Order: sequence, then C-alpha cells, then structure tokens
Amino acid sequence: MAKIILNINSKKYPLEADPQMPLLWAIRDLAGLKGTKYGCGVAQCGACVVHLDGEAVRSCVTKVSRAVGKKVVTIEGLSETNSHPVQKAWQDIDVPQCGYCHSGQIMSAAVLLREKPDPTDQDIDDAMAGNICRCGTYLRIRKAIHMAAEVQKKAVKG
Amino acid sequence: MKRDRKTGKRKLFSVQAATVLAMLLFIVAVGASAFRKDDAPVKEIRLGVMNRDSIESVKAFETVYKVLMSPRCMNCHPAGDIPLQGDDSHLHTMGPKRGKDGKGVYAMKCLNCHQETNTPGLHTPPGNSHWHLPPAAMKMVFQGKSAHELAKQLVDKKKNGNKDIRKLITHADDGLVLGAWNPGEGRTLPPVSHAEFKKAWLTWIQKGAYAPKL
Repeated sequence: MAKIILNINSKKYPLEADPQMPLLWAIRDLAGLKGTKYGCGVAQCGACVVHLDGEAVRSCVTKVSRAVGKKVVTIEGLSETNSHPVQKAWQDIDVPQCGYCHSGQIMSAAVLLREKPDPTDQDIDDAMAGNICRCGTYLRIRKAIHMAAEVQKKAVKG
Repeated sequence: MKRDRKTGKRKLFSVQAATVLAMLLFIVAVGASAFRKDDAPVKEIRLGVMNRDSIESVKAFETVYKVLMSPRCMNCHPAGDIPLQGDDSHLHTMGPKRGKDGKGVYAMKCLNCHQETNTPGLHTPPGNSHWHLPPAAMKMVFQGKSAHELAKQLVDKKKNGNKDIRKLITHADDGLVLGAWNPGEGRTLPPVSHAEFKKAWLTWIQKGAYAPKL
C-alpha cells in the first residue's frame, strides 16, 4: 500500500492504495464515484472509460500509478450540470436503455467530438467501436453524437 | 630508332594484353553474376566497410524472415489499417484503426488499453509504453510479403522510416521489438530467441543485406 494523491474531476483525493490497483477500483471504491462502471475487466467493453489527461483510457486495466500527477475526469466531472453537448444530446434523444454502458459511451464520444467536431458516420464507428452496448442502442448513439456535434457548433458560434 | 620500335612494340603488346585481360575479366564477371542466386545489394544504403557474402546474408535472412512473419511481429505490421491479434493473426477485435501517426484514432488509441507493462491474465492487452503501428505514411507492411519483398523493403530508406545501416542495426534492440519476446500470457513466442534473431539480423545486414531470390 502507498499514499497516493489522485486528481479526479479537479479535486485532490489522498488515497491509500496499491500502485498496481486498477484505477477503476480507486475511482469507485476509494473516491466513491460510482458513475464509472465495471464491465469486462479486460479492456474489451468500454464501460469503464474515463479521461486521463484527455484520453479515453479504460480504467479497469489502467493502474493507479499511471494516473498519479495526471488529470482524471469521470462522468461526474465531464460538466458541472450535465450540460456537455454529448450529455444534452443523450438526454434529448433518450439514448440509454438499461444505461449501464453509457458513462463509458459518453466519455468516448466526448473525446471524438473534441478531436473531430463534425464527425462522419465512419468517424463515429471508428471512435465508438470499442464501446459495447448490450441493449443495442447503437443507432441512437450515432444520432446523439451527430446532434451533440450540432449543439457544440452552435455553442462555438454563439 | 631501334629502341623506339622496340618500345613501340612493347607499348602495343601491353595495350593488347590489357584489353584481352579486361575482356576476360568482363566475361568471368558476367558469367559469375548469371549463376548468382540473389540480387545485388540494395543501393539505398551505404554499407561501408563490410564483409559482403551474399550466400551467408541470404541464409541469415531465412531466420530473420521467420521471426518477422511470426504473429508477434506481423500482427502490428498488417496489410490493412487494422492491427492483427492472436496466433492466428485475425483482425483485432473492436477494429482499432492505425491513424495518421500509427497510434490510433479518437477514443481508440493504442495506449488507452495497452499499458506500460503486460496486463495479467489471458486475453488481456499486452503492454508497452510505445505501443503503436507504423504510421500511415510509412506502413512497413509485413503481412503477405515474400522474403524477397520484405528484405528489399527493410533496407529501402523511403519505406523504412529513413533508417540507415546504423539505425537498422540498433532497431533490433528497440523496446517494442524486444516486446515480442515478452508477449503476455497465452501468446506464443517468436520461433527463435531474441539473441538468435539479433545475430541473424546483424549477419544479414553486415554481409550485404542481400534479398533472397523469392
């Protein structure tokens, strides 16, 4: 065990953890942020995606030690009032069915829109192929990402 | 005058002898090259002081080729833009794309899953802090290449990332290359040890980097 300070959602969390511990464990069990979900545990499904210095890492295989000195953003920290364009579009279109995978879906989509503000269907497929939805909400996910892109564009213009 | 005639005859004789000798050498050289089993060494790199031996070079490349075409090497040198996975070299699940820099795209970058070290367990991502494919501008495809094609490609500075002879030699100890011999649980190793591979790699290059006929 070691004393570790993590920066999660711009807040410092002093934790006592094994540096080899998966970041997901630290986020959920030590920091108490339950929005990020455990899915497969082997980086196959995308339910556990969080941002690490802006990249959509899979927290189930990312060690706590990799996050030290970096900025971790979870679904709780993507925006203060659930007002990120992706979150707004998700609500408008009512994308989730069971909802379990959607914090990971939203975090991946947010990276896509940051890097490609006006994505094509192919861009969406390329970006989201690692996020599995057992309810099969893929068509609504795609629609919501296009909508979020429009919202983002208007916000930039406005 | 007599001396001049003699000198003249000697000069004439030596010119004739040199011509005949040159012709003989030319015939021998052409004849020898016709029976060679390999191509001339690639011109793009200057080999400097090397002990050229086409037979030894081509023989060493047999080992090099076996290693490079093994899944541990070839899986990240695909013919398309999606890496390969497993000992059967199937397309990587989730279909991550190469991207411009070879490090993936958007939310699907290599290092989002591949950590600095291997993740414990079966079917987990193998690790390396520099995990990537060759970039889009220099794909360095192994998949589907013959030994001849691959040897030519490896020493072509336009296709090998502008690597000269020194860089090619040091590339045998590149961290990602070494990673092939630490592939994580459930994955087979390349067919020979890294030491044997390196020896063959150096022999191939130092003997002239000749490409096999096929």
